[in-house]
Amino acid sequence: MSEPSATPTTPETPATPAAPAASAGARLGVLKTYKLYVGGKFPRSESGRVYEVTDSRGGWLANAPRASRKDARDAVVAARKAFGGWSGATAYNRGQILYRVAEMLEGRREQFVREVADAEGLPGAEAAAQVDAAIDRWVWYAGWTDKIAQVVGGGNPVAGPYFNLSTPEPTGVVAVLAPQRSALLGLVSVLAPVIATGNTAVLVASEHAPLPALSLAEVLATSDLPGGVVNVLSGRTAEIAAPLAAHQDVNAIDLTGADAGLAKELETAAADNLKRVLRPQPVDGPDGHGWTADPGTGRLTAFLETKTVWHPTGALGVSGSSY
Amino acid sequence: MFAYAPAPESRGHVDIAPSYGLFIDGEFTDAADGRVFKTVSPATEEVLSEVAQAGAADVERAVRAARAAFPGWSGLPGAERAKYLFRIARIIQERARELAVLETLDNGKPIRETRDADLPLVAAHFFYYAGWADKLPHAGFGQNPRPLGVAGQVIPWNFPLLMLAWKIAPALATGNTVVLKPAETTPLSALFFAGVCRQAGLPKGVVNILPGYGDAGAALVAHPDVNKVAFTGSTAVGKEIARTVAGTGKKLTLELGGKGANIVFDDAPVDQAVEGIVGGIFFNQGQVCCAGSRLLVQESIADELLDSLKRRLATLRLGDPLDKNTDIGAINSAEQLARITRLAETGEAEGAERWTAPCELPSSGYWFAPTLFTNVSQAHTVARDEIFGPVLSVLTFRTPDEAVAKANNSQYGLSAGIWTEKGSRILAVANKLRAGVVWSNTFNKFDPTSPFGGYKESGFGREGGRHGLEAYLDV
Repeated sequence: MSEPSATPTTPETPATPAAPAASAGARLGVLKTYKLYVGGKFPRSESGRVYEVTDSRGGWLANAPRASRKDARDAVVAARKAFGGWSGATAYNRGQILYRVAEMLEGRREQFVREVADAEGLPGAEAAAQVDAAIDRWVWYAGWTDKIAQVVGGGNPVAGPYFNLSTPEPTGVVAVLAPQRSALLGLVSVLAPVIATGNTAVLVASEHAPLPALSLAEVLATSDLPGGVVNVLSGRTAEIAAPLAAHQDVNAIDLTGADAGLAKELETAAADNLKRVLRPQPVDGPDGHGWTADPGTGRLTAFLETKTVWHPTGALGVSGSSY
Repeated sequence: MFAYAPAPESRGHVDIAPSYGLFIDGEFTDAADGRVFKTVSPATEEVLSEVAQAGAADVERAVRAARAAFPGWSGLPGAERAKYLFRIARIIQERARELAVLETLDNGKPIRETRDADLPLVAAHFFYYAGWADKLPHAGFGQNPRPLGVAGQVIPWNFPLLMLAWKIAPALATGNTVVLKPAETTPLSALFFAGVCRQAGLPKGVVNILPGYGDAGAALVAHPDVNKVAFTGSTAVGKEIARTVAGTGKKLTLELGGKGANIVFDDAPVDQAVEGIVGGIFFNQGQVCCAGSRLLVQESIADELLDSLKRRLATLRLGDPLDKNTDIGAINSAEQLARITRLAETGEAEGAERWTAPCELPSSGYWFAPTLFTNVSQAHTVARDEIFGPVLSVLTFRTPDEAVAKANNSQYGLSAGIWTEKGSRILAVANKLRAGVVWSNTFNKFDPTSPFGGYKESGFGREGGRHGLEAYLDV
């Protein structure tokens, strides 16, 4: 069942390069059926529902899957299953894979420029700048995977015959509500830090502009990223987010894509199993285009635990050792 | 067999007044509605003092005082704030004996522990965070990390003064002002701390102490002019607090319950492991959130280890907490004793086998002898629920993988222990445990330089170390 479109499609105004106007002798373009990305596979929503996605002028772009509560739960199962392998991978390996995402995205740059331009109503040059920034962001986070532990962990000088080390560890399965406005750069900016540190993610795409997210899933699938590390759902943000916030096997939630009312509701639900909550940040406000700024480490550390391991150092005997 | 002669610490080290007020804006004051409550010695049930009981109106007054003090305190150069904290640390050292006796009287824990563990750590926390106050630009949170404002802090009764130090020291070092609610069964050391603040010349309103019950804590947490909430206590209350602050933007840290797994492998040094197990669960009568309350012992050495453990438990001395030879003091309250008793009975009813150390319990006060359960499965209540008392559940395992799986099979994730001679096994197992603190071949060690806090439903945020600063900074 699809929602009635707010702005009916007008066949006379050909909207996008994806759906070129039919004229005599011209080749009819092949449209893409956009699908969810769960456990490394591309299922349709189990609900069989779709909703119309339009460009900024109201032209029809695609019927995107409208994920259900069951899709959300399936995605959590996939993310949990992938967590052991992904969090156990070496930081070096995770960095290689994140960089590979940048490579794959670079290779499909033109497609994403087109999709971002459609989704956000941007002129081509601005859309290209967004895509370039998104690619560079993967590179930035690729470089963080093997450095964050050195920056936020360390040895502690305890007053006693012990040594102890504090190391950051991923918190687990993170539900991420992508920003509503910045369909690719914003999305990458909230997703990459979550998986860079070894978490696995269930990502809820921008409700009105989900196509870049669903296409990004295709990039992720060809980037050596193990299935289930990132799962992408499209549909109604509030409808998908509610079961994720209440899910007992989700460890954290990023509320970026929620408005104030929804964010409060979800934060309240998240208290039931004491999920780590990242509240909406100022960058996600009305203009929503602050994503080009230096991201800092806040989004990396928001989904990290700190483990402190103690060990006795022993004693060398009453007289001690001297050299 | 030799017997120990009594070695009582003198009560004369501390003068407890018949009544105490709330500490607001540098003054002791009655509660707005005049309510008071009594605090008793859990070892004797003797009333120690009558304490003003904070209500919502008092929370209002205290938050206002803290807000008024905030610009001045946060505006001080860090080096000046540091000196106040160093003063506090020194005064605590000077008065350590007095405070140790007071804490033992009000809490019921042995003087050996207040003297040798609580008070040295309290002073150490103030020293540690004092040094941070003028070094915050070097802490890794940017060049100009800002305090949050007024911190509302609610602490438990198991380590009254130590939990106060964990909360107040980093809050003040970073430039926040504080309203702290100690637990209703252990208000006295916090009120004595108010006196320490006065001796240190701390500006009025920077620290406010509101003894009271849960309603005062709830009012504090919900107060719209509180910018940061810190809570240590039960997971159930922690969840309630998380709901309360949802949507408010208040920064929140929670240190909640635990069901720590203490894993003993077959190559562990048995005598050391036994000492670690005893310290892990019977320290502070087991009223420790990171207690090693689930013993996971490798099947091949289970019988030998349990024999040693029972032999050792039979030598523990339970009784007068002021006696310097006492190992096991009183349970903090009648309510807590009832909870421990109920959970132990549930353990028996569910078919676990109960063994209790042979010791005589005093005729007055709240006491529970060291107890362990064998034949425990993962589904048993005594293996799942936090008992917060001197009750150890013993489970067995065969392989390291099984040990890890059982250790992680808990809603909690605060602490764990590993006993083995094999270094690579320590590291491999420590890596896989979902817990915030892992002690290898030791247990229940604390230090102000070391981050402490939980995974999963043991809460979020870290206290101690550089990480502990983050909770009180706008980063």
